[in-house]
Amino acid sequence: MASEYTEYVEKNGKMVAKPQTKKIWRTFWILLIITVLEFVVAFSLPHHMHLLKVSIFVGMTIVKAAYIMGEFMHLSGETKSLFWTIIVPLVFIAWLVLALLMEGGFISSY
Amino acid sequence: MATHAAAEPKQLWLGGAEPMKASYGKLMMWLFLLSDAFSFSGLLIAYGLVRYAHPAYDGDVENFVFSNQYWPIPERVFEAVPFFHGYQLPLVFVGLMTFILIFSSVTMVLAVEAGHRKDKADVEKWMLWTILGGITFLGSQAWEWGHFITGTDKPTILTDVINGVQVTKEVFGANLHVNQYGPQPFADFFFFITGFHGTHVTSGVILNIIVFFNVCMGLYERRGHYEMVEKVGLYWHFVDLVWVFVFTFFYLV
Repeated sequence: MASEYTEYVEKNGKMVAKPQTKKIWRTFWILLIITVLEFVVAFSLPHHMHLLKVSIFVGMTIVKAAYIMGEFMHLSGETKSLFWTIIVPLVFIAWLVLALLMEGGFISSY
Repeated sequence: MATHAAAEPKQLWLGGAEPMKASYGKLMMWLFLLSDAFSFSGLLIAYGLVRYAHPAYDGDVENFVFSNQYWPIPERVFEAVPFFHGYQLPLVFVGLMTFILIFSSVTMVLAVEAGHRKDKADVEKWMLWTILGGITFLGSQAWEWGHFITGTDKPTILTDVINGVQVTKEVFGANLHVNQYGPQPFADFFFFITGFHGTHVTSGVILNIIVFFNVCMGLYERRGHYEMVEKVGLYWHFVDLVWVFVFTFFYLV
């Protein structure tokens, strides 16, 4: 991937390409801000709005997961087939979550 | 700069093709991580099932007391911070741990970026920061476990039925037999889920140390690419990814 780099700097007597880290730091700030927002939601919404809180947390978690997988793990830069090979099986977990949470509710009510 | 500009020889698998335009090692790492994601999902979903099978606490947060009659509010369980004994600082320490792990993920991806540029000194620097972040996280978790096991200053009075006889006892902290914070499965899942994750962090730190050592010895420079940094990087990001879910489903919800 040497062709991506156009600027070089001298370092310890050797020429090395200039770092391209803008996107990495942008992702870091997004992750940090979402985590801070999670804290704000945890302590500002009253306890009885539990369902709303949980939905917000789940949504934010999925956004964070998408940034970590897409940017840090570079999954969004891989081929379409690899991308879907990883994503599709994970989607089925959502079904298992729903099924077993409902099942748990039934255990307590019998 | 001719040596840098020269295209790397295309890495083909032994069958002569390169499935999904990924090297063997990278593809296998992804598939391993997918299976590992199922393991963690299994644990977290089991936690959800057991939690929903217990009654929830439906009073005010201010009046919350520990009892084995309902599931505890996590923010009232995890409110201790080292050097701030006696203060109620809900979720502050676990928030700090989350920040440490996210930051070590950033330094890891910076190491990968430096590897693409074949900048050995930068890879060394960022790998070292990543290892440091991992060790700091493990230390924090050790403290948290210590506090969880030792318990709060005041005991919880728990009533239990043992061999048909009602027994009332004072309980400090939690282990796999007693739990002052709530129903027994709450402690069991805490140890199991954070423990399984901590094991992953530990092996991640060990892998990072091995790769750091190889970088310092110039192995990847001689090999012509730093793909091994990328592969342990995938593993390390996965550990961070799992923590994002553990943080939400164990500590926040």
